[in-house]
Order: sequence, then structure tokens, then C-alpha cells
Amino acid sequence: MTELVLPRVGPGGNGDRPVLEVSGLRKEFGDLVAVDRVSFTVPGARSLAIVGESGSGKTTIARMIVGLERPTAGTITTCGRDRSSPARSARERRRRGSEVQIVFQDPYTSLDPRQTAEATIDEVLRLHHGWPKERRRARIDELAGLVGLDERQVRALPRALSGGQRQRVAIARALAAEPRLLILDESVAALDVSIQAQVLNLLADIRDATSVSFVLISHDLAVVRQLTDDAIVLHRGVVVEQGPTGQVLDSPQHEYTKRLRASVPRPGWKPKRGALLGAGEEPATP
Amino acid sequence: MSTAVPLVTVRAPRRGGRAAGLLRGTGPAGIASAAVIGVATIVAAIGPLLAPYSPTLPNLALAFVGPTGGHALGFDYEGRDVLSRLLAGAQSSMLGPLAVVMGALVAGTLLAVIAAWRRGIADAVISSGLDILFAFPGILLAVLAAAVFGAGLPAAAISLAIAYMPYVARVLRGAALKERSQPYVAALEVQGASATTICLRHIVPNIMPLIVAQATILFGYAMVDLAAVSFLGLGVQPPAANWGVMISENQVGIPQGYPLPALAAGGCIVAVVIAFNVLGERLFEQAQARQ
Amino acid sequence: MSVSPVGAGQSAAAIRPAEPLLEVDDLTVRLRVEGAQRSVLRDVSISVSPGEAVGLVGESGSGKSMTARAIDRLLPRGAEVSGRIRFDGADIMNLSGAALRGYRNQVAMIFQDPRAHVNPVRRIGDFMTEALRTNLDVPAAEAYRRAADMLGQVGITDGQRRLRQYPHELSGGMLQRVMIAAALMTEPKLLLADEPTTALDVTTQAEVMAILDDLRREFGLAMLFITHDLELAAAICDSTAVMYAGQIVEVRESALLHDDPLHPYTAALSAARPDIAQTATRLAAIPGRPLSAFEAPDSECAFAPRCPHARDICRAENPDLIGLDGGLSRCARAIELRGHVLPGSAEGGQADD
Repeated sequence: MTELVLPRVGPGGNGDRPVLEVSGLRKEFGDLVAVDRVSFTVPGARSLAIVGESGSGKTTIARMIVGLERPTAGTITTCGRDRSSPARSARERRRRGSEVQIVFQDPYTSLDPRQTAEATIDEVLRLHHGWPKERRRARIDELAGLVGLDERQVRALPRALSGGQRQRVAIARALAAEPRLLILDESVAALDVSIQAQVLNLLADIRDATSVSFVLISHDLAVVRQLTDDAIVLHRGVVVEQGPTGQVLDSPQHEYTKRLRASVPRPGWKPKRGALLGAGEEPATP
Repeated sequence: MSTAVPLVTVRAPRRGGRAAGLLRGTGPAGIASAAVIGVATIVAAIGPLLAPYSPTLPNLALAFVGPTGGHALGFDYEGRDVLSRLLAGAQSSMLGPLAVVMGALVAGTLLAVIAAWRRGIADAVISSGLDILFAFPGILLAVLAAAVFGAGLPAAAISLAIAYMPYVARVLRGAALKERSQPYVAALEVQGASATTICLRHIVPNIMPLIVAQATILFGYAMVDLAAVSFLGLGVQPPAANWGVMISENQVGIPQGYPLPALAAGGCIVAVVIAFNVLGERLFEQAQARQ
Repeated sequence: MSVSPVGAGQSAAAIRPAEPLLEVDDLTVRLRVEGAQRSVLRDVSISVSPGEAVGLVGESGSGKSMTARAIDRLLPRGAEVSGRIRFDGADIMNLSGAALRGYRNQVAMIFQDPRAHVNPVRRIGDFMTEALRTNLDVPAAEAYRRAADMLGQVGITDGQRRLRQYPHELSGGMLQRVMIAAALMTEPKLLLADEPTTALDVTTQAEVMAILDDLRREFGLAMLFITHDLELAAAICDSTAVMYAGQIVEVRESALLHDDPLHPYTAALSAARPDIAQTATRLAAIPGRPLSAFEAPDSECAFAPRCPHARDICRAENPDLIGLDGGLSRCARAIELRGHVLPGSAEGGQADD
């Protein structure tokens, strides 16, 4: 793994100020309340998992943190700066981009199909830094080395790359902005098991090298265990349990968390028919 | 979880670059059409230089004389060499539609991308405006423009561009909406890139195949419409050489037994329009398949 | 496959269950992709006895879905197929018309994405009773009654109301349960389930798996369950086959697969999965990426480039399946690696270069 030189932290210190603070977050889509009364904090250099199934609101929360959705109520603060309302200037938008970045789930649509990996990363570098071409080139090489992409892959278009390789490009693109917080929105869910292991190791390497914090959105409890320090469990838009990941998974307190834990296949596991939480059948959602 | 995996992970290198590959994908009909268009373009560029005889100087003694040595297509109603006039006329016959298509494309793309990017009210307003424009046939607008601004190519071309714009915008809006909702666009927004940058550098290039296909199809329609306008005397004015004008001028020859000048001009229009239509449809299919 | 104890070194031919329901022999499939013929399945042999559940596990390009499609006669046109597939003793490769429909009544398939395989403008009841009404000449009223019953079997209580609904009115999990019920309407003998729970939430998955398991036992169905998840297959299948690069590389009793795998790939796959009970410093990732059949050379073991146990013998030729401890392994070194395949055991981690 290449030695990567990244600025350690911006002004504001090393862990004395939380990277992310979410308080009283609420999001309504018309009559539907997707997220309600959600609060949590991510201290510097620690990672948080947001666990839930479909309809839990986890993706909506991720989108609100990066600014793709606007909260109906509540506050979101990153590195001490409020971002509950849309950025007003291009400079503010870029500054927020350099604080929080995101890696999406689907490797097949999260890259511009007409841009090589190199061009994709270069575009981000040009957006955030006024560096001359040589320096950008060197940085692209560094980032490529960090995420495990070789010369050919860096110069390739997405269609010539596999799913795992594309996710590496997406990670490199996110890191090019030198964020303090990286949101991983089911970023390994679409990968084969063997590739998933490689990418999880890569993320751990990056975390150790750069002290970036992760917010991992995932339904996969084993992945959550592997990568995060703390976890919150969401059910229908509300936090039902939170705490250190090991504790939440080993001794769940809430009914829903227990059910979630019991549903994970493992050696010796046998599925049992039981009533679904709350009602005999799930509500019909398209 | 990785579900469908593309069966091909390695591709054979393409020879000749994107354009060549695009052309190859249109099949023999597409390639033949491209060839016809190519010839027409060259003639449009250097036509007047190619013309062996003067395209505008009349010589009434030779009116409607048939093909003889050196004059492959004979003479028109004013005794001018038909071939020379066709060659010279290619210029305005091709440039006119070009202007129409360029105008419709730029305006249509702009509106489509704005509507797709902003969605909501902006989209509703733009879409409604375009719906209203759909109601106006191109020729009607051209006639109106001629009435207001006087006959001539510029007025005709501008009015046709306005009439064609909604067709472009409608098709592109759908494609732009689809691109806009892709995660890579969201990733760029999160990076802090501006809307203009994302639209110009990412959305437009990704819908470019569709834009090119649209342009090609429209060229054919524009050519027919402009020829009709010129035929009516509201476009290019005689004695300037223009295929549409030539049909109009020489139509008296048809019942008299001298159909060649008019038909030759009509034939040129038909050949070029068909070529554009065929190529455009093929490119359109390719673009759709990609989407 | 009903495995009987065999000594080490016996070839695959010795392990043949009595009266299998489904027998796939040396199935090789090539598809035309971008002008070239590409191998997607190589010499796949698998058999399922009546009432038996067999899991088929693999990553991208392993050929697991293609195998299911071949069995259900859903291969794309122009596919080159060699080998044999027999159901209930009869060859199904050349069936057509009424005979093919009859076959499809006995072999039901459940797909990963129910919405992609159902007509959105038809009601649930229509689609569930179609096979009964058209192929088996059951009167409509009777067919609808049976459909409502079957919905009850999969845990959907107000069957009559549901039969009148359209697919978009149901959630993903609900629709998948409807698909299972629909599949069972013609009383098939074999269920082909192609990643039926991959697109579902984990709690819904557990419920649907339980339903599949229950119904299978109740109706005495055989099942071929395709998935990428080793533990999921082991949960309801008696035995599990693992595929890599278009070939079967291991067949094993599910209970033994996790703790005592025979093939290095199976072991590596198990070890690469994160553990819900503990955090590892780093996962035991397999270097490289999974190969498709057409990328793997026929002259050596497809897994050799990524295998920590690879030696010269592995690159000399593509190994055959060897019988071992009641299972099968396509590894030239299977016997000597017995008990040492998992990373962290004596031999692990030493590769030739």
C-alpha cells in the first residue's frame, strides 16, 4: 500500500470536535414521514453504522447529510459548520464537498460512462485545488495506488472495469476531495463476496492511513461489525437502538434489533416462520 | 449483490475512433446514406467552383433544350445549364437546413436540460410552453415570418428553427431526466460542482448520440420545408440558385414535355433527404439501444 | 445427491444416486457474445433426487444462473449446448410444444426479481391460475379456490382480496411469496429457485426462506436453490454444490461445508465473509477476481492463479472431480489438502511462485 500524504485534519483539532452532529432530524415527503427525531454524533476518527431495511429512512438520512435532500426539521453540523440548509454560494458548496463525500451502491451508474478514471479524479482535484497539471498527475497516481488501481485501470473507461474496480474508482474520487467524513451508502452490497472482502480491507487501510471517519449505511450486519465502532438501528424512520457496534449486535435490547440479528444466516442457522413485527403482513409499498 | 454481470469484460479495441464505430453500427444503408451526405456536403462547399458553366446567366435561345454534349442535364427555362445550377444551388439548399437544425438544436437542448435539471415548476412551465409551440406547423410560421419581415432565407430559417425546437426538446428532456437521476450526477453535486458544469460537461455529452440522431433526422425535414418555402417564393429569391427555387421555376416545363430540369432538382432534394432520414433513424436506434 | 460413503480417490462416476429426479450430465454451454462463441458452462454434472434440496453457490460468472436456465430451457437462441439433462428419466433437451409445457408444469422456477417476471397489467389471480386453466383444463372457480388456499400456505391470509389485486399493490416480499405460491399451483416435482431472496430485506428473507423450507417438506418437493450466500444455502439444503468459472468445484453435505470444505475455493469463500460475532483486523480476501468460464483456460485449474495451495500439478491440467468423504472436489491436491484447506491451518498461505 502506498504511503499517502494527506493533511491530517483541518483547523478545529483532532477529535475534540465531532465530525458529524445530527440533531432532531425529520424529513417528510408529502404525507409520508420518512425520518423522525433522529439524533446522533460521530466523533473524529470513529465510524458509525446506520442499520436498517428498506423503508427505514437510512438512505434519506445519508442524502440529507450530503445535501441531496433538505431536512424538514432538525440540524446537521459537520466539522462545526451547519449544513441544514442548502449552500448559498459555489464556494460554500465546494467547502461542504471537501468535508463530506459519498460512495454509492451501484458501481455501474455511479461513474460518468464517458470519463476515464483518471479524468474523473482529475475533475475533482481541479474543483477543489488550484494545482498545476503535474501536481494533479502525481496526486492521481497516489490515489490510484491507495485504492489498488493499476496504470491500465486508471486510464480505462468504466465499461472496461469490473464492479469492484469501479467502486475503487468511486472511492478514489471521493478521497480526492480530502473529506473528513465518508458516507458509504451500501457501497459493498452489490459486490461479490470475494471482492467485498478486498474492498472492506481497502476501506480499513484508508481509515488507518488518513483518519477519515465512515458513516456506513448497510443492511448487512456482518459488514457493519467489520468496519464500524458504533451503530444506530433504524426502523420506519426512527432510531430504535444505538450504541457500540459490538454491544448492539451481541446483546440487542430492542425487539426489532433482536429480530434483525436472528434473521442473519450463519452456520447452523435455520429459518423459522414467525409473525412479522407489528402485523400479520407487511404493508404494500410499490 | 452483483446480479447480472456483463458477459464481456474485455473488448476488442475499436479502430478509427468513436465516429467510425458509430457509423459502422448503422449498417450498409447507414454507410451508403453517409456517403451521399458526404458528397452533397462537398458539393455545397465548392459547388460554384465545380460548375462548368454560369449558373445564373440566362440565354433564352437555349431554353429547355435537352441534354447535349457537355451539358449532361440540358438547359432550364432560362437557358442555363441545369447541372451547373444544381451544383451551385447545393450551397443554399444545404446551408439553409443547417441553420435551421443548429438553431433548433441549441435552443431545444438548452430548454430540455434546464427543464430536466430544475424539474418542478421550471419543468412544468417549459413543457407547457413547448406544447403550445407544437401547435404551429413550420411552414405556417415561415409564411407568417415572410409576411412580417419580407421574403428571404434568414426569416424562413429562423421561423422553422422555432417550429422544430419543441421536437428536439421533447426527446432530449426524457434522456436528460434519466441522466440527471443517475448516481454519478449526484456524486458531482456532492463534490460541489456547479449545475452549469454538470449539465455542460456531463449530461449533454452523455445524451450527445441522441442529439446527433435528432439533428440528422431534422435536417431532412428542414430541407423539405425550406424547399417548399422557396418553391412558394418566400425563401431564396430568384435568380439565386436553389433546388427548391429550381422546381418552382421549371415546373412549367413538365406539362410541356421538358420535365428534366424540375425533376433533376427534385431528385437531388429527395436523395439528400432520404439519406438524412435513413442515417438519422439508424443513429437514433443506436442511441436508444445505448440508453 | 444422496451421498454414500466412498473411499478417497474414487472417481465421480462411482457416486450416482438411485433414481434421481433431475440428472444433468456433462452440460457444456457456449453463447454467442460479440461475434465469438464463449463458454459459460463446462462439463456441469449435478443430480437431484426426489424430495431433496440441493444448493448451488457461486459468485459472478460462475454459471449458477445459466445452469438453472438450461434446466428450465430458457437459454438464449443460438446457444450451443452439449451434454444431457434428464428429468424423470426423459431427455428434456429436445422437447417442444405440449411436451415442453408439460415439463414446465413439473419444474417450477422462481426468479430473483418478481416484478420483472410478472405482467403488471394482469391481476394476481389471473396469473396464478393461468397454468391450471389453460394447460390442465381446471375450471376457473376451482382454480381460484386453489389459488386462495395456496396464498394461505405462504402466509397471505386474505387470499380472495389479494387475488383481485395487481402486482404493484404488493411489496417485494409479498410478491415473492405470491410467486412461490404460483409456482406450486401445478404441483411441480422440482423447484428451481434462482436467488429468490437476494433482493429482499434480511428479515423478509428469513421469512421467505422459512416458507420455502416448510412447503418443500410438506409437498415433498425437490429443490435446486441458487445463491451467492454459502450459509443461506446450507440453511435449507441437504447438500451444496459450489461453482467457479462455469464448473462445479465442490459438492458436499451442507452441514460439513463450513467447517470441513474440500476445495480451496470454498474455504476461501467462507473465510472472506466478515463475521457478525467479531471484528477481524483484516479479512482473508482472495486476491484477483472471480473468472467467468470463457476467461479460464482449459489447460489448468481455473482457481490456480488465486489459490494459496497451488502447485505445478494444478497448472498442468484442469482437474476432474474426485470423490472424498461422501463429497466431490475438483482439486488435484484434494486428498493431501484434506483438513488443511481453511486459511490458518497448517498448509494455508504458502503459494508456489
